[in-house]
Amino acid sequence: MTTVDVGAEQRSSFGTLAHGLKVAPEFRKGLRTTLLLALLSTAGRVVVPLAVQQTIDHGLSKTTPDLPLVRLACGLALLAVVVTAVANFFMNVRLYRTTEDGLLALRSRAFRRVHDLSVLHQAAERRGSLVSRVTGDVDTISTFMQFGGLLIVVSVAQVVLASALMMWWSWQLTLAVYVCMLPLALSLRVFQKRLQVAYSTVRTRIGELLGAISESVVGAPVIRAYGAQARTAQRIDDAVTSTREAQTRAQRISATTFCSGELTTALANSAVIGLGVLLATHGQLTVGRLIGFLFLVTLFVQPVQIATEVLNEAQNAIAGMRRVLGVLDTPTDIADPAPGLVLPEGPVSVTFDHVSFAYVPGKDVLHDVDLTLAAQTRVAVVGETGSGKTTFAKLLTRLMDPTQGRVLLSGLPLAQLSFASLRQRVVMVPQDGFLFDTTVAGNVRYGKPGASDDDIELAFTELGLLDWLETLPDGIFSAVGERGESLSVGERQLVAIARAYVADPDLLVLDEATSAVDPATEVRLARALDSLTRGRTTLTIAHRLSTAEAADEVLVVDKGIVVQRGPHASLVGTPGVYADLHASWVAQSR
Amino acid sequence: MTTPSRTPRQVIWRGLWILWLSVKEEPRIFAISAVGSALFGGMTIAQAYVFGHITGDVIEPAIKRGDATTSSLLGAALLVMGVATLKVFGILGRRLGAGIMQYRLQATYRKRVTRRYLELPLEWHQQHPTGELLSNANSDVEATWYPIAPFPFAVGVVFMLIGTLTLLFFTDPVLAIVGSVIFPAIAVLTVVYSSKMSPLMTRAQQLRGEVSTIAHESFDGALVVKTLGREQLETDRFTAKSRELRDTLVQVGRVRGLFDPIMEALPVVGVLLVLVVGTSRVGSGHLDSATLVRVAYLFTLLAFPVRAIGWVLNELPRSVVGYDRVLRVLEAEGSQVFGTATADASGPVALDTRDVSFAYGEDQVLHSVSFDVAPGRTVAVVGPTGSGKSTLASLLVRLVDPLSGVVEYDGTDVSAFAPGQLATVAALAPQTTFLFDDTVRGNVTLGADISDEQVWAALRVAQAEGFVAALPKSLDTVVGERGTTLSGGQRQRLALARAVARNPRLLVLDDATSSVDPSVEQRILAGLRGSATASTVVVVAYRRATISLADEVVFVDEGRLVDRGSHEELRERCAGYRDLVTAYERAEAERIAEHAGDEKETVR
Ligand SMILES: Nc1ncnc2c1ncn2[C@@H]1O[C@H](COP(=O)(O)OP(=O)(O)O)[C@@H](O)[C@H]1O
Ligand SMILES: Nc1ncnc2c1ncn2[C@@H]1O[C@H](COP(=O)(O)OP(=O)(O)O)[C@@H](O)[C@H]1O
Ligand SMILES: [Mg+2]
Ligand SMILES: [Mg+2]
Repeated sequence: MTTVDVGAEQRSSFGTLAHGLKVAPEFRKGLRTTLLLALLSTAGRVVVPLAVQQTIDHGLSKTTPDLPLVRLACGLALLAVVVTAVANFFMNVRLYRTTEDGLLALRSRAFRRVHDLSVLHQAAERRGSLVSRVTGDVDTISTFMQFGGLLIVVSVAQVVLASALMMWWSWQLTLAVYVCMLPLALSLRVFQKRLQVAYSTVRTRIGELLGAISESVVGAPVIRAYGAQARTAQRIDDAVTSTREAQTRAQRISATTFCSGELTTALANSAVIGLGVLLATHGQLTVGRLIGFLFLVTLFVQPVQIATEVLNEAQNAIAGMRRVLGVLDTPTDIADPAPGLVLPEGPVSVTFDHVSFAYVPGKDVLHDVDLTLAAQTRVAVVGETGSGKTTFAKLLTRLMDPTQGRVLLSGLPLAQLSFASLRQRVVMVPQDGFLFDTTVAGNVRYGKPGASDDDIELAFTELGLLDWLETLPDGIFSAVGERGESLSVGERQLVAIARAYVADPDLLVLDEATSAVDPATEVRLARALDSLTRGRTTLTIAHRLSTAEAADEVLVVDKGIVVQRGPHASLVGTPGVYADLHASWVAQSR
Repeated sequence: MTTPSRTPRQVIWRGLWILWLSVKEEPRIFAISAVGSALFGGMTIAQAYVFGHITGDVIEPAIKRGDATTSSLLGAALLVMGVATLKVFGILGRRLGAGIMQYRLQATYRKRVTRRYLELPLEWHQQHPTGELLSNANSDVEATWYPIAPFPFAVGVVFMLIGTLTLLFFTDPVLAIVGSVIFPAIAVLTVVYSSKMSPLMTRAQQLRGEVSTIAHESFDGALVVKTLGREQLETDRFTAKSRELRDTLVQVGRVRGLFDPIMEALPVVGVLLVLVVGTSRVGSGHLDSATLVRVAYLFTLLAFPVRAIGWVLNELPRSVVGYDRVLRVLEAEGSQVFGTATADASGPVALDTRDVSFAYGEDQVLHSVSFDVAPGRTVAVVGPTGSGKSTLASLLVRLVDPLSGVVEYDGTDVSAFAPGQLATVAALAPQTTFLFDDTVRGNVTLGADISDEQVWAALRVAQAEGFVAALPKSLDTVVGERGTTLSGGQRQRLALARAVARNPRLLVLDDATSSVDPSVEQRILAGLRGSATASTVVVVAYRRATISLADEVVFVDEGRLVDRGSHEELRERCAGYRDLVTAYERAEAERIAEHAGDEKETVR
């Protein structure tokens, strides 16, 4: 199955950055001014070597030190430092603002994109990993921008300035310093590659670790019921250990990189001393400049060293960026057509035009379904577990597109209907009544934003659920807990149905939506929906054939093929899949 | 979520205490990195001395003479390289040590936190959002030990500063005064800085958590979001919270923008002061120019490391918040109390439930429920939605402990059993299926010693043999996180096989066939009837066929045991029960009547 990253994983670090800038133009806003400020804000750093050089060459060169001159030089230097500090302030403020704006945009776009991905993608990708793409990964970039990123920007400016000053003082020594830097500059690429590998391993390990931890939390009841604590602990420990090992390996590489920077500084210093003394004895260099140079070498190598220091952060951030962009790069296979058609007012009919669907290429889960369901009918879909009923429902609500053929609603191709129109008129209630962590009312309102509390009470009344509502501690204001887990499983389904009910769709699809509800409530609910759904088309998937008995039409699915259709009364008398199913049902329920 | 509120000063102290804790946890590694850091500090000072020496004894004489000896130049170069090499060893020790220390601490605390998750009772889990627990074990542990990375560095820097000031006093008291103004000023500024930063960082951390909670929930409910077309609504909700985070971070930028430049300017100002003051000292004959160069160089070298102290202090607030949250898990009360009883009897369990009550917080959902099940018998628990059946089922296998009353197996209170014993006796197939990201085999055995034959036998009973055999790798197929590649009914059957596979002496089925079609269910029930002879069975059910498996029915409503007896008896005398189990028949009867009415009308 396709996962989200594929294309983006191959992009180089630089390509990733460039792509990020393209995807979120907010990053580029005022970038030039910010960079200019960064250049200015490093000016204060070259002030020291200059002041030292002036002091030695002009202040201390005579027998009595020239104090006023030193004062003047240092006073000017101080002024430069102040200007620098002010520039630094503005640069910081601007940098934070632009990067955080860019990240906000990126985050929110990636979030949206995850929701726009088809259910197939969402299912293939671990939930936790999708979450980390809009949280942890973005946070990594943000942290990097605030520390490492800033350092890099400033460091680049510092190298530029230091080089300029060095060139002015002595091109020979500058050349020597550059030559000394060469091995480092060259090996940096190798180090960077190794770091990249090391840190991507770390990320993978952390992902696995999160998965293992999350199982221990989400699967808490099962772990306890089966005494699987030891096994779970083992799995977590393994993940923790391999994470630690990967981190340590990465750390070893980055420490080595850093040290090569230190040795390079020493090498450059030795070269400057050796060559500098030779040049000075030949009168081509003043002592002040030579010593100033030694100060400059630190300034020159330090950024390189810092760069290696923040390289791992940078790698992390780029890996994070890559993963965020990976989401944005994944095409939405189920796209909102623009401009989309609008489903005409009124009842909706459904047509499957030779539709086939396969999750895995070549293995049809639904095969050549070709049928029309008239508007305003109540249709029941029955069939064995795994026969393809849910798949049918997902195709009907365009959670997926058919592999072959097409689906039409009221004669319009489903793929050309705008989402706004489609989702408003066609609603599906999936089997697990997922609820948001708010009140009952809050969840129902999700089906119809703006519904008043009275509307919501009314919905429960109309659905015959008032008795149940009264058993809750705070009626519609009762909190449902995370994923609705403070309600019993059946109760969650009741709320989910109320949520779909207030949305008032013209085509309502119920996929085993009352599987955990007791028979009396289920029958009551079915009857309520029935009397209220006259005028709308309903499609109900259920294992309790009471639904089929009450339906206008029954579709019988077997191994991906619609083998029978017709009203219950006529199907039950014909030998076949339905008659068998119904016989087992009767045997069980009477 | 109650975080003890602390003043910035208290935060710093608490943070330092956590650092001390880290030293106690990993004394050896800390020692290595601290020694490395000290070596680094010493060599940094030595580097300045070497420079002073080279300036005074190599460069100046050579230029005066107008000629340099190769040996003196070579000596200088060797000296520089030698000091640098030692410094590199220091750096290696410091950085590797700090890294290893940080990662070890993270690993240790992750293990401790997750171990606690496994020990704490289910009730505790029900009271804490998943997202919070995930971040406790992950980002909070990480945040706690963030300051460890620069910590040994900072320790070394402190020694380096003390060393520098001492040496300065011996070199030149006036310059020493400059140093003892500048460096403490940097230190004080760092503290002020972090006290300004601390509330912002705490807020940012909290907002990150909230952003993450929204994302978790939203993606968990992706299907609902999609089917109702609420993508924009969700994006807006997420963006609003993210914007708060952005605003906080921009504020962080402002504070940083204010302090960072000052911190950077201070050492530069120091060097400039050294130059001005030093020049006049040279003039008055107290100092030579080589020493001046040395001191100026030392100031330059120190400018960067001094900030390591700031890095540590800046991370402390985050660390303190993280540690508080980690501690809440580690110190959480309410572990289930275990006894020492072992469960070595064999054969079906005699189950006895006496006066069991249970409440979720204030909301009491079971009221004094009592019933017993003789060994080998099957009891069906029937009741309306939300009446407390699942709660009862989880009490029977001691997922939770009752508020009052007892559950007994063969006369032994379930809380008297030693840890792990109950799982060898009882198995629960819960109402909601949870599959691990593991193979089919792993999901059925869950690490227990169960042979493949037994696994297949269990799959056969659960009617899962067919589809498992058809999976690409059969038992070795990985079913994926929460079993997303299987249909609902298939997942439920795997969970059922899990319960059956260990031949439990007490089998509790909580509506474990709700997603299974009637014909498959019929076969499952037949299988259970054939195999469950050695078990006592409690089954939560609505359907007649499942109920007919039972020797006795227990009817619960609103958390009370209303009646018990055979199906026929209850149907006779218990209106609520009758209402429930005959709902489908009545519905059909009504429909037929209605239908007949309709036909008459059309005829007329
Ligand atoms: N995301 C998926 N990836 C691969 N196969 C799937 C996926 N979802 C369902 N299937 C397979 O498709 C078949 C039909 O599934 P489904 O439509 O859910 O059946 P039903 O709803 O009738 O129980 C099953 O064999 C199932 O294993
Ligand atoms: N984790 C929980 N927190 C708070 N209340 C809960 C929780 N789980 C269930 N309840 C409440 O307890 C009652 C009984 O739930 P449950 O035992 O799941 O019912 P049943 O299985 O009979 O449908 C319900 O009213 C439900 O709202
Ligand atoms: Mg299904
Ligand atoms: Mg239940």
